Amino acid sequence: MSIDTEIPVDEVTEPWWELTRQRRLAVQRCGVCGLAQLPPRLLCTGCGGDELELGAAGRRGIVDSYTVVHRAPAPDVAVPYTLARVRLVDGPILLTRLVGDFEPRCDQPVVLTWLPLPDGRALPAFTREL
Amino acid sequence: MTVAVVGAAECDLGHTGRSAQHLLAQAVRRALDDAGLRLCDVDGLATTSRLPATQLADQLGLCPSWTDSADAGAAVFERYVARAVQAIEAGQCAVAVLAYASDQRSARSRRLGGGYDRGTPEAQFEQPYLPLWPLSYYAMTARRYLHTYGLDRGDLARVAVAARARALANPAAFRHGAGPLTVDDVLAAPLVSSPLGTLDCCLVTDGGGAIVLTSLDRARHLPHPPVAVLGYGEAVTHAAMATPEDLLTTGVAASGARAFAHARREPADVDLIQLNDSFTVSVPLGLEQLGFCPPGSGAAWAGTPVNTTGGGLSYGHPGQLGVLLVIEAVRQLRGGCGPRQIPGARTALVHGTGGIGSSHATVILEAA
Repeated sequence: MSIDTEIPVDEVTEPWWELTRQRRLAVQRCGVCGLAQLPPRLLCTGCGGDELELGAAGRRGIVDSYTVVHRAPAPDVAVPYTLARVRLVDGPILLTRLVGDFEPRCDQPVVLTWLPLPDGRALPAFTREL
Repeated sequence: MTVAVVGAAECDLGHTGRSAQHLLAQAVRRALDDAGLRLCDVDGLATTSRLPATQLADQLGLCPSWTDSADAGAAVFERYVARAVQAIEAGQCAVAVLAYASDQRSARSRRLGGGYDRGTPEAQFEQPYLPLWPLSYYAMTARRYLHTYGLDRGDLARVAVAARARALANPAAFRHGAGPLTVDDVLAAPLVSSPLGTLDCCLVTDGGGAIVLTSLDRARHLPHPPVAVLGYGEAVTHAAMATPEDLLTTGVAASGARAFAHARREPADVDLIQLNDSFTVSVPLGLEQLGFCPPGSGAAWAGTPVNTTGGGLSYGHPGQLGVLLVIEAVRQLRGGCGPRQIPGARTALVHGTGGIGSSHATVILEAA
């Protein structure tokens, strides 16, 4: 898997990315309405509030849908790979990858794993729950 | 209803060897000829962010009093129809030209991965996983659609087969001479982003076109029977692939419902549906979301005719299909589409979808 090694960050998302160095998946929680959201934003998409804090996310999720990519978007990218929308137990949906040797299906439970990045950060991905 | 479409024309389509700006000027000239108007009559101009109205105005020697150059993917032209109606009603301009052209096939400029602006959240949270853009989003929608309704790839393949059959009746279609398609052909084509294969995906062609709008009063003195803008609606739902709660509840529903309410019409009144079919799944899901048929049944649709040109799947797709959807609706409502003419067509619904199902706009047109 070839991945852009210079994934940009901004002043709101940087703490979220820093937690990935410790393989900790966070969601942003609203101190006013309690909504959990990803990616981190300046304002809560539930109530517009700005009292948002990062908190630990559960490690489990459900595959909403997936697709196996057979055509590489760039010459140096190895195919096939499996992209998925995974709904975290906390609520937010992530675009992510499914890794490991299994046939995915919609509504399947999956569990968090990490894809390391060259700079020490990591991308959350999911695999079959054992 | 006070505003009508009075001119409509395509520029060259396919592999033209021409540049986008000259295809654009060609489209404008042809649409004005069709309208019986001249360049000096034009005081409103809208294109897309790819070739902004400022540049087209300069190219044409115009100093318009109303322009727009928005970035809303293929939905932008249905949105512009609404904007142009509003501008003409408000007296901001009298004759508006909405134009689009692309040389993406000749220039080989289409990229499977799309391109994420570094300043967007998607550049951080989606691009690293390397989705094909917009293809992988529609692929996940298709997978969820098949899963939810217990269907398989063969059901979606029927959409491509039907599109090809219509292209065979349209001499302008890129696949006009390609012969009929079978479900087996579609299933045997290489997968791109499962469950979508190459024949589930729209063509990549040069092409485009332009339409001309003016007041209904003025329209009655022009060569063609006017096609009135009866109503419109819009919806914007998301930019990121992860945002929608439910892939099968799309912005088509809200946009369509707003247009029907505005036009005081309902699905049963519609004689022609022009729907953005960048991928096979967009057609059944779109028909269902517009209220033409129940959820899960759209792939077997045999009711009101859809995409009579052959659509993005078999007619042509220059990147932003929206203007071409309007052009065909106008022609059908005027009559004279030859073998593909829908007899007595009076009311058309045109729905444009942009991005990854991100932006939507619906227009209802009627022979005045």
